[in-house]
Amino acid sequence: MGVAIRVIPCLDVDAGRVVKGVNFANLRDAGDPVELAARYGAEGADEVTFLDVTASSAGRATMLDVVRRTAEQVFVPLTVGGGVRSTDDVDILLRAGADKVGVNTAAIARPELISEIARRFGNQVLVLSVDARRCAGDTVTPSGYEVTTHGGRRGTGIDAVEWARQGAEWGAGEILLNSMDADGTTDGFDIQIIKEVRDVVSVPLIASGGAGRPEDFIAAAHAGADAVLAASVFHFGTLSIGQVKEAMRSAGIAVR
Amino acid sequence: MPTVTVFDYGFGNVRSAVRALEHVGADVTLTSDRATAENADGLVVPGVGAFAACMEGLRAARGDQIVGRRLAGGRPVLGICVGMQIMFERGVEHGEEAAGLHEWPGTIELLQAPVIPNMGWAQVTPPAETVLFKGVEDERFYFVHSYGAREFPLEHDDTGRLKRPLVTWSEAGDGANADRFVAAVENGPLCATQFHPEKSGEAGLQLLRNWVATL
Repeated sequence: MGVAIRVIPCLDVDAGRVVKGVNFANLRDAGDPVELAARYGAEGADEVTFLDVTASSAGRATMLDVVRRTAEQVFVPLTVGGGVRSTDDVDILLRAGADKVGVNTAAIARPELISEIARRFGNQVLVLSVDARRCAGDTVTPSGYEVTTHGGRRGTGIDAVEWARQGAEWGAGEILLNSMDADGTTDGFDIQIIKEVRDVVSVPLIASGGAGRPEDFIAAAHAGADAVLAASVFHFGTLSIGQVKEAMRSAGIAVR
Repeated sequence: MPTVTVFDYGFGNVRSAVRALEHVGADVTLTSDRATAENADGLVVPGVGAFAACMEGLRAARGDQIVGRRLAGGRPVLGICVGMQIMFERGVEHGEEAAGLHEWPGTIELLQAPVIPNMGWAQVTPPAETVLFKGVEDERFYFVHSYGAREFPLEHDDTGRLKRPLVTWSEAGDGANADRFVAAVENGPLCATQFHPEKSGEAGLQLLRNWVATL
């Protein structure tokens, strides 16, 4: 028994609109994150993630409204990440209706943020988002992967596997492991780093980046992921949530 | 339309619980007002985070007295997540023990599973007489917790003096690593779920509908 592998669609939201493109028939407004979240919820998504890519403060207020409206009609867990810098930011998102909050860059700048959030709200609300990339050039880390920021454009020199381990130790209740090498390629998840992080963390692990075919999701689950996250394959209708789950079920993996 | 108060004492994603209960036809008020909470047809006690902190918050809002009074009068109460855990005798987190409401004997303790928190959708095994799970016995529900009731002592009470509570179990972890814990209890006016029905999709809504129908 135990919990099923979760299948999570991720929506990038900018100023209240879904970006990165969505190609769905039968949607009134393919750019409306609330409508899309509801659609994914109805299709069997085990959780929905919003990534707020807005830079402006007006956009942030819009995001809160999106979270509120989504929480009113989508009765599965909702995670919101992007731009979270303080425990007060977390509080505002949770009050708006988010169940979990993703933290990324701000925790790299100030790791104490992880324990501050966990102490105030419990570790189950905190998803540490790790944008990992294979080391290139002069950068060397023990695992061969480093943590990046700014969508993979800036390296930090921090070992990605060690960072995930520490983050969980400090109070992150979950690790969202996003491979910046695989992201957008649809060539499959980076299985090696999933295995390496799985070996050192005992909190749930979400694999992200590179999903293209149903087999990719199966491979990530076999490598130790507790959840699999994807964006474009779902948005463009290449794969449905149902197809991914059916493939995993056929491979003997428990799904809802 | 039955009235339901979601007890607002600062713990839990109460907004979701309110919306889900409204969705299944309850007239919902979110408040910590004593009279409203005591007089509603149903009272929901949510809760997330640490056991001790939740108990402290509940006592500060006199929620312990409200729950006690309602149950003494046979008026329905539904505890969710840590709102279920505090119905037990005690909680032990990080080696520290805190007293619960002691509606049931038993201890809330750390789950023994390879991956903690136990997060995601799990199956449950409700007893045949269940009212809460009617129609959704085989569905999965959404759990997110690190602690739980791994024993339910009343289940073994064979004095015949008590109508035994209906206990629904679930498991964290797989196969040999599986750790059994209490997923839900139905005990006269007091019901509780370790999982979040308000986050468990259609199955969770049906469970809430079943509960609201008893009010």
